[in-house]
Amino acid sequence: MNFVAIQMLLGDRIKYLGLVTAVAFSTFLMSHQSSIFAGVMNRTRSQILDVQDAGIWVMDPATQYFDEAKALPDQALYRVRSVEGVEWAVAMRKGTPVARAADGTFRTVILMSVDDDSLAGAPRHMLAGSLADLRQPDSLFIDRAAYYYFFPNQPFRTGRVFEINDHRVTVSGIFESSAPFTNLPIFYARYSEALKFQGRERNMMTYVLVKAKPGVDENTLCQRIARETGFHAMTTQEFGWATIDYYFKHTGIPLNFGITITVALLVGTLVAGQTFYIFTLENLKQFGALKAIGVTNWRITSMILLQAGMVGAIGYSIGIAMTAAFYEYFSKNVDLRGFFLPWQIATGTAGAVLVIIVIASFMSIRRVLVLEPAVVFRG
Amino acid sequence: MRNVAVSCHGITKAFDSGENQVLALRGVDWEVRFGELTLLVGPSGCGKTTLISVIAGLLDATSGELEVLGEDMRRLRGTDAVVFRRRNLGFVFQQFNLLPSLTAVENAAVPLLAARVPRRTAVARASELLAELGLGHRLNALPSKLSGGQQQRVALARALLHEPKLIVCDEPTSALDHETGHAVMELLKRVAVREDRAVIVVTHDSRVFEFADEIAEMEDGSIRSEGLEAVLEGELVERI
Ligand SMILES: Nc1ncnc2c1ncn2[C@@H]1O[C@H](COP(=O)(O)OP(=O)(O)O)[C@@H](O)[C@H]1O
Ligand SMILES: [Mg+2]
Repeated sequence: MNFVAIQMLLGDRIKYLGLVTAVAFSTFLMSHQSSIFAGVMNRTRSQILDVQDAGIWVMDPATQYFDEAKALPDQALYRVRSVEGVEWAVAMRKGTPVARAADGTFRTVILMSVDDDSLAGAPRHMLAGSLADLRQPDSLFIDRAAYYYFFPNQPFRTGRVFEINDHRVTVSGIFESSAPFTNLPIFYARYSEALKFQGRERNMMTYVLVKAKPGVDENTLCQRIARETGFHAMTTQEFGWATIDYYFKHTGIPLNFGITITVALLVGTLVAGQTFYIFTLENLKQFGALKAIGVTNWRITSMILLQAGMVGAIGYSIGIAMTAAFYEYFSKNVDLRGFFLPWQIATGTAGAVLVIIVIASFMSIRRVLVLEPAVVFRG
Repeated sequence: MRNVAVSCHGITKAFDSGENQVLALRGVDWEVRFGELTLLVGPSGCGKTTLISVIAGLLDATSGELEVLGEDMRRLRGTDAVVFRRRNLGFVFQQFNLLPSLTAVENAAVPLLAARVPRRTAVARASELLAELGLGHRLNALPSKLSGGQQQRVALARALLHEPKLIVCDEPTSALDHETGHAVMELLKRVAVREDRAVIVVTHDSRVFEFADEIAEMEDGSIRSEGLEAVLEGELVERI
């Protein structure tokens, strides 16, 4: 009877296409929007995760997330260094000065600092220049997106000059960064240089980056640092999630995406469910004939589930392929880097489609099960 | 009596339509024998369709005794009733009720598909039967491409393919013109009637009376007269 069920479904071309289209677009919207949402949220912690040398971030207890940090006093560094289990600790400054290129192009940039001596905290993926080039006086690294912005359509070349707060600085390296939430260019400089580039404030240190001694548990060390220094300490992962959490709770992003995703689910369910129900109603006479001929309710149920499942599987495949194609196509766009279709979202969307299909077929099955087979004799 | 396929005693059937009850069958006593084509005639609304629905197990009688092919139909419930129909009954409807997206041969094969016979086997057997019914050249046509008479022949094949013991036809000729209807009845008589099978044909078309081995006339929910002579006499009386 599976053959009969499939023929019934394919026989009504228009409704079949309508059903598949509804599921496909619903799948596309849900998976696409969820992926963007996950990408946006993930971006808020990009600069935290990009610092790979240290495992622990120490900050003022008032600091809630990466982008807005209350500065630390200079002695914070020494207090952290004295904590048992700390392998090394270095000062780190994150600022947002304005950088101006020679042609006058200017933009606010995210300036991250690395340790003067060890270069701890430096970016890992160099596209031009090498890590040691950052030791040159008055030099900095800029990321690929920054290079494209300031020097569009030009091959990677170091030696270009910026002016930051009346200081002349030379680009000695170009690196790949994870895209930041704000899409600002990312610059890296040594800590002492970073201080020079910016107006003098009372406290200049934003974070202390800490590496735990081998064998020392990072979470335990975080607790010890907090206890002994009074500052707040988080592992890289914790700080990343804290930042995501902040954006989650304090911006309209989750709500807006949530609404879109919910609407996609609802519209998908309603359109697919209704079309499928109408499809079943129009075939009621056929189902009645099958029941009269001796097809059991159980077989009829499995026929309807097969029809709905087929619509779901084909619609989902088309929709998820559309999402995958979208991200594949735009993966070359520097501003959209970091956006992709995570398998968790592909799986979750499959679950949502399953819900759509179950609801859609539930109504139809109910209708057919209560159908009196005697209707076949009525005109 | 081994010869009896269907026996009804005091069958009643009431429909609840809102507040008022419709008594569609008011005590039917009737026997249908194997090896015969039995016509069930009577004016529209007298309960013919209801009666054959009850006999076929598509409706439950409100009261009365009903034995079909040796089974006490009152005790046949749920899946058992469905399986009983699948094994023993064939149906022909006024509106053909073919599945529009299946070809002629696939439609004819449905009873075997329902019994989980592999598609290849089912289709092969349906092809043979359709050829026997003169449709060998239209095996792969969709019902929409067939004439009414051809569709009814496909329906006839569907009713016969699994070799049922009882075939029930409700007004099989009334959607067809006279000549086509006549041809379908001829075919039915020739192919369907066998020693071990009973065929019931509901009709109000007196032009097909000539095919009847037996005839019963219904009026107002019960059998009024039985026997070829009696009914034809009645007809005659009415005409005079
Ligand atoms: N499902 C139903 N609900 C209510 N009344 C019905 C139903 N089916 C048939 N009837 C009534 O039962 C009577 C007999 O109908 P039917 O068996 O279809 O007659 P026939 O086939 O002889 O024309 C009619 O009065 C009809 O209105
Ligand atoms: Mg009728």
